[in-house]
Formats: sequence, C-alpha cells, structure tokens
Amino acid sequence: MVELYDGPLNVPEILTRWYSQESTSNYGAYIPFVGTVREEGGIEGLSFDVYEPILKSWFDTWVAKVAPFGATLKMAHSCGDVLVHQSSYIAAVFSPKRRVALETIEQFVEDFKASAPIWKYDLINGERIYARERSTAIVGAGLLGAKS
Amino acid sequence: MITVEFLGPIKKPVLSMEASTLHDVARVLKEDSEMGQWIDSCAVAVNDALVSSLDTLLKDGDKVSLLPPVCGG
Repeated sequence: MVELYDGPLNVPEILTRWYSQESTSNYGAYIPFVGTVREEGGIEGLSFDVYEPILKSWFDTWVAKVAPFGATLKMAHSCGDVLVHQSSYIAAVFSPKRRVALETIEQFVEDFKASAPIWKYDLINGERIYARERSTAIVGAGLLGAKS
Repeated sequence: MITVEFLGPIKKPVLSMEASTLHDVARVLKEDSEMGQWIDSCAVAVNDALVSSLDTLLKDGDKVSLLPPVCGG
C-alpha cells in the first residue's frame, strides 16, 4: 500500500513497522530505499503535491508486476513541506531471494521518479518554487499539443 | 459537460466544457494563453486513467486531468 503523510516521514517508525509486518512472511530479503532532502542550492527544504488516485493505480500496477516473483512492495511519501535532512520518500521491496529484491528496488525507484504523479517545489526564502528543470514529463505527455 | 482539472504547479481553476473527444479539449486549451508553457509537456488522464489518444471518447460527467512533469522523492 501507499502511505501518505503530511510533512516529513518518521523513518525509524516506518522501517521498523514494515519489518515487523513481514518478519514471519518467509522473505529472505528486505531492501528499503530512504530518500533524504539534501542541503543544496540554498534551499530550506522541499515541498510536494501528490495526486493520490493515479499514484495508487501506478503503485498497484507495480505490486502486480512483482507478485509473480514472490515479491511485494511498500511505499511512503510526504505531502507538503519537508525540511533539509528530513525524509520525504521511502520505498521497500520484500522478496524470497536477494537478486529479485536488488533488481526490483532499482527499477521501482527509477520508474517512480519518471512516472509517479508527484510535483516537487524548492523552498527558498519562504517561497515554493516548482522544480521544473529537475522534473520529467510522463511518457505520452504532449498529447493535447499534438496536431489533431 | 466534462471537467478539466490542472494538477501540481499549474495554477488554474477547474474548467467545465462540452466535449465529445479529447480533440475538443485540445482545441480549447491550445487557444488558452495560460496553457502555452504547459500543453506540450502534460500527460492526460480521463477519470484517473492515463490515455494516449486524442480520439478518446468523453461522456457527460467525465474528468480530464492534466499532469505536468513530475519529480517525486
């Protein structure tokens, strides 16, 4: 499931809870990815808008994709402001064997960056500035601008 | 009547319009000067499912969403 939180993530609580949830599920590998806001370019932090309906359907597609390999996924993300050195994103994969988990976490996180309907803003001098140059158009974008 | 919503950084209120396909929506938005910087980089969803054809049929009550470039994490 996708967990959304207002503000920064409580990393120890989430990782521990996910571990406890799956500790007797006979998975041989648990690989979490924790994203932390870095001090860079004079930002005070980042801020996020999330469109939940499409995020959930994107995530469900991934869960179905890894299920045949006996793996499962968990994900948490922030909405709103997250300050420098706080965490805004955690993804984790559980699988019977390490190879599937290692490959899945890389593919999942990369596709997340390119496809998940989340918009990032830099917080600078109290202003919220869309991080357009670091953003990626979703595959198929530009449909409405095409010649009809 | 359908609605068009603009997600993330596109600061634009929801539009209502008559449209039978996405061609009709494209025609209206191409004439909207506020959309000039967005229209070529937005993905489109109908009722929260991403679509890839302007021939997508629309019916009364449908919701069209425009998704500008993303950057989660």
